[in-house]
Formats: sequence, structure tokens, C-alpha cells
Amino acid sequence: MRYVDEFRDGELAQKLSREIEALAEPGRVVKLMEVCGGHTHAIYKHGVEQLVPDEVDFVHGPGCPVCVIPMGRVDDAIALAERPEVIFTTFGDMMRVPGGRGSLLEAKARGADVRMVYSPLDALELARRNPDREVVFFAIGFETTAPATALTLLRARAEGVSNFSAFCNHVTIGPPLRAILDSPGLQLDAFIAPGHVSTVIGTRPYDFIVEEYGRPVVVTAFEPLDILQAVVMLLRQLRDGRCEVENQYTRVVRRDGNPRALAALEETMELRDTFEWRGLGWIEESALRLRPDFAEWDAEARFELPGGRVEDPKACQCGEVLIGAIKPWECKVFGTACTPERPIGTCMVSSEGACAAYYNYGRLTVPA
Amino acid sequence: MRPRLKDELITLAHGAGGKATRALVEQLFLEELSNPLLEPLGDSALLELNGSRIAFTTDSYVVKPIVFPGGDIGELAVNGTVNDLAVAGARPVALSAGFVIEEGFEVARLRELAASMAGAARRAGVPVAAGDTKVVERGKADGLYVTTAGLGVVPAGVELGASRVRAGDRVLVSGTLGDHGMAVMIARGELQLEVELESDTAPVHELAASLLELGGAVRWLRDPTRGGLATALNELAQEAGLAVALDEESLPLRRAVIGACEILGIDPLYVANEGKLVAVVAPEAAEDALARLRAHELGVEAALIGEIRAEPEGLVVLDTAFGGGRIVDMLVGDPLPRIC
Repeated sequence: MRYVDEFRDGELAQKLSREIEALAEPGRVVKLMEVCGGHTHAIYKHGVEQLVPDEVDFVHGPGCPVCVIPMGRVDDAIALAERPEVIFTTFGDMMRVPGGRGSLLEAKARGADVRMVYSPLDALELARRNPDREVVFFAIGFETTAPATALTLLRARAEGVSNFSAFCNHVTIGPPLRAILDSPGLQLDAFIAPGHVSTVIGTRPYDFIVEEYGRPVVVTAFEPLDILQAVVMLLRQLRDGRCEVENQYTRVVRRDGNPRALAALEETMELRDTFEWRGLGWIEESALRLRPDFAEWDAEARFELPGGRVEDPKACQCGEVLIGAIKPWECKVFGTACTPERPIGTCMVSSEGACAAYYNYGRLTVPA
Repeated sequence: MRPRLKDELITLAHGAGGKATRALVEQLFLEELSNPLLEPLGDSALLELNGSRIAFTTDSYVVKPIVFPGGDIGELAVNGTVNDLAVAGARPVALSAGFVIEEGFEVARLRELAASMAGAARRAGVPVAAGDTKVVERGKADGLYVTTAGLGVVPAGVELGASRVRAGDRVLVSGTLGDHGMAVMIARGELQLEVELESDTAPVHELAASLLELGGAVRWLRDPTRGGLATALNELAQEAGLAVALDEESLPLRRAVIGACEILGIDPLYVANEGKLVAVVAPEAAEDALARLRAHELGVEAALIGEIRAEPEGLVVLDTAFGGGRIVDMLVGDPLPRIC
């Protein structure tokens, strides 16, 4: 496959693997956090961990958009979906995420009209075709998916589609990274920063990590060769005593990001004072809501929501997994009470979640 | 560990062929209907009648759209059941067909589908010997559902099963993976992907018969339908208490399938096939088996894709083309597209 094979070349991988081997300091473990769930998925899918020495330890970060949605918001989504006038639209991998009252998949089985879409524009099209129904889009994701929601809102306004609204749960990548960097007992040496988010926001938003926390950053694409190259770049920074935001994903990421996408976001959304992250708790100015001008398309303004809060289950150690304090398999319930078919914690739900990726792909490498 | 059925309601996941389906079958249907013929949960039940061994199977077809590139529900309903018989080592003898038709369905379309079914039956050399028709109110069925059952005769000397598989045996597949599932997914038109891809629906009984001439060297056959190759091989690994090790580079995949799967974040190993055979054969017979598959028009892209190992017990592992390794687990429910 063109544009796929090129980034999965086994020989190049071996070459990078040898380079990493040479750069690693025997006996000194370097902990690299891959922030994005897409990276976690690629690392396991391609067996990248087996191509780096024991001295390189991947710590799986909070960048799985499905994983960080708190259970109370899932319950709100289910409440919306259960309204008889509503067609509730969602990305596929949000369907199985359990809230306090089950998942959207179960709500669908009880009779709610829940439909899987591939883009918010599909939801807008459904609204056009079903003028007598209310079509609500479950807007989730980081700055990667938020611009698509923003452009859909702008289009809904331009076309006067009044039976479409977004249930906005978009989050921003900077604040949870700061929360992790501020957490006591932090052991991370450097960051593999997300690629797709950075195509929108650019590389500047990571400057604080090098300036305030002294941790090197490499903005990285999602193919396994990209990840190995990022490891090489980070190990070189550490060896040379440098601390910079470097860009491995130069094929699409610019220093200032995508101004048009950012303008669409700015026009439609604003920062919330605070937002709850599953596993990480409340983080100030870490999420987006629709601006008052867009109240007409804001599901939170148009419908009454339960707005309840559901405590994360006590046995669940997702929070510790998300900050890199423990590995997925070190969690008390990993693989026993908590499995992809019955997830207790959010990291087990999506195949990008650290635990599910590990459960599905990685059990070969568990230290006995 | 066996998946457990804890759900209060049936969700679509229970129909997807992965762990949820298995939990439903083992912990509800098998518990209630338990008997020695059903218990092996094979593609076909095997029963002795007057000294001959009969294979007996049934399958329902609910595909949407009912006509798709490369086939339709009628052809699928014949081929699918013929294939379930074929991988039990049986020569198909007769089929039955039950139709659940939605009020308002066009007669001309139904005739086309019945004709397509007849074509598939002729190709497989098996008559549709019994049938049933029911009509339900508009909105109570998605156009047309078809259920077929099949009877076949297992020739003397044919012994297949997970218990016959040994470490060192080789794994073959008769052609490219995931064509049917992706062709149907794309034909639904929800993805706005322009990809030319056809379903692989076809009867594999001739491929199976050709392999069975190798005698005891053929250990196990399966048609990897819903849940794909990964699900079929996981069931083998668990039943045999052995490991299946696949080599990613040797998996036959069409570029269009790789590309569409990549865009959707779906693994082609879990995507359905409707005209493929996966076989485990003794190592010394592997090359001969491959040549036999490739000699048939349905097997020209056949490949040796892996081997059976003693460890890790009960798991399917994949040596990635990238040089790493990973587990290929059973899916929980439908493969859901990833958001980013």
C-alpha cells in the first residue's frame, strides 16, 4: 500500500533499532511517555517494544479521547439518546464505553436511536434528511477532531439547519500534560508528543514542557518507523543535554499549526472553567464548550441533562496508568475483573486505551 | 479464560462473531440445548446414520445491502452453508432454504435472488431440496432474511479436528483476506470511499476435497467467515491448547482492503470472508497442499501463513512485518472504527 508500506519497512526498523541500542545507556532506564492513544495502538500493533532495549520504557499517556470522557458525561449522552425525538450520533468506539448506566450500545438495545457516524458532517446530513427529528452529535476528542465539529457547526448555522446540535466534550491536550508533569513522583524523562493534534495546534503549545519542566519533546507521527525515529531523537537530546521541542512529523506539522482550523475553533468554541477527566479528575481550562452565539446548536443548552457525576470505580487504577505511575498489567483488576468485554476502567475500552491495547496485543511481553 | 455472559440484553455485539457471540452460544444455547451432537460446536454437527457419517449445519443470512459487489444474499446463503459442510470434510448432498420476507418487497427482486441462489446451487452441485416462506409486516425485517441448512456425507477415512493438530503443523489460507466484509461495508455507502472491491463469496468444497486427498496430513479446516481469520484461529488455538503463529508478511491481502482498513482503523484479520478456506496440514504435506490450492481457480492466491507452536498455549501470535510481535486476540464485538 502506498503511504503505508513506506513507514513499516522492516529493514529500516532494524537500522533504527540498532541506533537506539547504541544510544541507550546500559542500566539506565529512560521513561518516554507517548501521549497519544494512536501511538500506544501503533506500538502494540507492530510490536515496537520488542525493537527497543529494556532501557527504553514506553509509558502510555492520556491521549485516548474515548478513554478520558468521565462516566457522568456518558450517562448524559445516554439520557439524550433515550429522548424519543432524538437521533443520537456518535463515533463507533464511543458506543461501548460504560457510564454509570451502561453504554450507548446497551441503550440502543433498549430502543434508543443511536447511530454510528464517521464524521459530524454525516450527523448534519442525517438532520437534513430527518427534519422532524432532533439529531445530536456526541462531539468528543482533542483538537484533532474539534475542528470538524467547528466546521459542521458553522455549516449548520450557514444553512439554517435547526434540528442539529452538538453535545460538546472536546478537550485540549496541554492541560492534562501539565497535570501529569505536576503530579508527585513523576518519573518521565521525555515526551513523544501527538502528531495529529499538532497538525492543528502546531508545536508551540509544547514549549512549556521544555521551558518549565525541562523535559525534551518530539512531535511524532503514527507509523511505527516514526515512533522509532522519535525515540532516536529523544535519546540524542538526552545524550547531548539538549531540551527542545523537535518535530519528527515535518511532513504535515507546522510550528504554528493550521490557522484555518484554529480560527474555526475560536469562532465556535471557548474554554470551560474546568472539566472532569476520567482517571485524572478535574482539570482547569482543559475542555471546550460552544460559545453562546451557538447556543441554538448546543445540546447542553437545548436539552435538560442529568449532569450527574459518577465516581470512578474504586478498584480501577486508570488514573495511575494514565500518569505513567503503573503499567496496565500492574493494575489490581487488569485482565481479571476488567477486560475489553467488561471494562471497569476507561483504559480498557478503546483499542487505543493503554490497557486494551496491552490486553489485545501486548500480553506476549509481560515480565513474568 | 472463557468469556462470560453477563449481559441483560442482546446487543449487536452478540451477533458479531467474537467473544460476546461465543459467550451467548456457550452459556445460553449450549446450556439449554446441551447434547453430544451440539457440544463440539463445529461448523457442522457429525452424526452416524446407518453406518454413514452425515454432516448437518444451518446458517442465517442478514446481509445489508442484500445485493453487493460480487454477490447477493441468495448466493451467499448457498455458499455459506456449502462451505460449513465442506470444512467438516463432507460432500454436500442437499440444502434447505427458509425466507423471511418483508411486506412490500418486490417480486422481481425476489425472483432475481432465487435465480442467483439456483446458480450458486448448480455451481456447488447441490439441490435446494426443501424450503419455507414467511412474510412479516413492513419494518419488521430488513427486506429479506434467508436461512439455509445443509446435509452432507463425510467420506470414510476423513478425520478432521482441533485434537488432530500438532505443534509444527503449517497453516494455509486459500486466498486474500477480508474481501467480503470490506466489500459489503463499502457497498453500504456510509463511508464515501471509492474502492473497487468485490465479495469473495464462493463454494470452497472443491478446494476442501482436493486437500482431503492428502489424507491424514490434513488436520483441520475452517471457512473464516464472521470474525475473520483471527476468530477462526483463536478458536483453534483454544480448542487444541496450542499456539498459532502467523507471519504478517505472508498474509495475502488486497491493496484496497489494506487501504480501507487503514482508514477505518480496522484490522483485516477480523474481517469476514465468504469464499476462503483455512487449513492446518502436517509440515511434510504443506507444499503439496499449497500447490493443490493454487491449482484451483479459487485458490490462485493461496499462501502458507504460519505454523502451529506449543507455546504460548491457547493464543494466536503474529510476527509483524515490522520485526516485532503481538497477540491476535478474539474481538469482543464488531470491529468499531477508531476516531483518530
